[in-house]
Amino acid sequence: MNDKNEESIESSGCNRRQFFSKLSITLGGVAALIIGFPIVGFLLSPFLRKVPEVWRPVGSVDSFKVGTTVVVKYLDASPLPWAGVTANTAAWLRRDSEDKFIAFSINCTHLGCPVRWLSDAELFMCPCHGGVYYKDGEVAAGPPPKPLPRYPVRVRNGQVEIMASPIPITTI
Amino acid sequence: MRVLKNAWQWFDDRTGISGSIGPIARHPVPPGTGWWYVFGSATLIAFTIQVVTGIALSLMYVPSSSQAHDSLLFITNEAFLGRFLRGMHHFGASAMMLLVGIHMIRVFLMGAYKYPREMSWISGVALFAFTIIMAFTGQLLRWDQNAIWSTIVAAEQAGRVPIIGEWIARFILAGGTIGAVTLSRFFAFHVFFIPALIYAFIGLHLYLVLRNGISDPPKPGQPVEPGTYRNWYHSLIKNRGVPFWPDAAWRDVVFGVVVIAVIALLAIFVGPPEIGKPPDPSIIEAYPRPDWYFLWIFALFALLPANIESYVIFLGPLIVGLILILLPFIWNKGERSPRRRPWAVGIVLVIVIMVGTLWIEGIRAPWSPDFSAQPLPVEVVGATSGPVHEGAELFYSKGCEFCHAISGHGGHRGPDLTYIGDSLSPDEMTWRILNGGLNMPAFGGNLTPEELDSLVAFLQSRRVRTGAKVVD
Repeated sequence: MNDKNEESIESSGCNRRQFFSKLSITLGGVAALIIGFPIVGFLLSPFLRKVPEVWRPVGSVDSFKVGTTVVVKYLDASPLPWAGVTANTAAWLRRDSEDKFIAFSINCTHLGCPVRWLSDAELFMCPCHGGVYYKDGEVAAGPPPKPLPRYPVRVRNGQVEIMASPIPITTI
Repeated sequence: MRVLKNAWQWFDDRTGISGSIGPIARHPVPPGTGWWYVFGSATLIAFTIQVVTGIALSLMYVPSSSQAHDSLLFITNEAFLGRFLRGMHHFGASAMMLLVGIHMIRVFLMGAYKYPREMSWISGVALFAFTIIMAFTGQLLRWDQNAIWSTIVAAEQAGRVPIIGEWIARFILAGGTIGAVTLSRFFAFHVFFIPALIYAFIGLHLYLVLRNGISDPPKPGQPVEPGTYRNWYHSLIKNRGVPFWPDAAWRDVVFGVVVIAVIALLAIFVGPPEIGKPPDPSIIEAYPRPDWYFLWIFALFALLPANIESYVIFLGPLIVGLILILLPFIWNKGERSPRRRPWAVGIVLVIVIMVGTLWIEGIRAPWSPDFSAQPLPVEVVGATSGPVHEGAELFYSKGCEFCHAISGHGGHRGPDLTYIGDSLSPDEMTWRILNGGLNMPAFGGNLTPEELDSLVAFLQSRRVRTGAKVVD
């Protein structure tokens, strides 16, 4: 190195040593970004995965009696091949009248535990913190802040179909 | 023998290991540290048990959403020593939670977090937080029905965070629902991310012990003065210090071995928690409960007033964390002895009593409907036909008994109705049943007039004297 060069760097307020430390720290940061990017990407990948809209058939219209509420089980919207039984999900299906079906989430709006239907009492009860709902999903007692969420439901070709939906999350 | 000695000398000469470890082991500590000082090292021993048994379990555990449950059943029921290892890992986790708590209380009560050991406290708070995350994620790796519902409960709690709540919830679930990647995510956190952080923070925590020295046993009337403390401590160590190894370390060893022995005995005689039903979110018959160390939070969520609950779920942990981190800045000098710090003792007592009470409530869970309730036996009902008999059947079928107990049968969500006939008139009963209120559903649309009459007749027969004798 010639002296001229160093002088000119020093006169611009940055000597050789400062330059090297800045260079090293910057390069280190770049390296960390390159290595860190795939980890962060993988962590956030569930948000990037497109979940298709899927209607799942849950039984023929005739298999549901008017005025009853039963549990129906079906598959998630797009289960991965190794999901096993975790791909299963369920809803409480009420046949309100000849042509009106209501699909309730099984998740209590308090903290998500699975509510049970007591058919004689016509109440949903939660086993965790004692949330109770009426047959129309309105809160009857306990801590739930909101009525039971409903899933889209339709009748196609004599089959009742529910739209496979994410677990409802209660927000403030 | 000679060969071995020569080999060691060669190794020691080239690595300098005894020259660097020896002084650390024999570093001088204040005299009279005693048995109060064993909980930190005991926590480290419990952590070591977790690392060793965790690695062992990972030899057979399959972190796959579809296969983890089967692999756990195999580990528990068939693998050689599998049940024992699971028991060790389970009770090791319990020990760690317990010992971290005791260690924190000890350090707080003896003012050991004060100048110059603020960073020891703060790194300890981080380790406490990591321990909680490990306890929670570990409970989820027991990938059964309880685990998936605990995951959902955690996601719902995270959902209460303003604005980004739903994002965090989806992040925890790894998508919209429980699925194939949910377990892998918790496995990665439990086995890689958090342990790496724990190692780093244990390193810092221990380094700080060496840098600032083990705190001297507090004496009343000997306050910490940041201006003079370091000099005073150095002269104490110089004049009266004793080598950590073996003068103080022997107590750590004795207590540590006791901890290991207790964990092993519990693993053998109590055994690991049952693996519950498969992790199938469509199985409705669930009774989700957290492990004992979180049971008090479970109780808190049931007992908080509904209108503030969402804010407590979100703000509570933030405020607690903030207080813990700020503590050594607020109270970093002055008296260290608990005898001169009534507020410190009082705060600990209040917290211990509060958590203890919530914990007992969590075990009883009187707010949960008792789905296991059976129809009332005929001795209790006192009639085999007529309105009282029919009323008793309705009392069961309409779900009353899940929440109300009569003569020791039924749930505890609502008042005990064993002698309700003495305190409520038929009109009052009718009104209450039809309209509900005070956390009771209204049954107005669910009972025919005849059913209502039978139910009231049955409840009217619940009296101290006449009790079960009313036969119609």
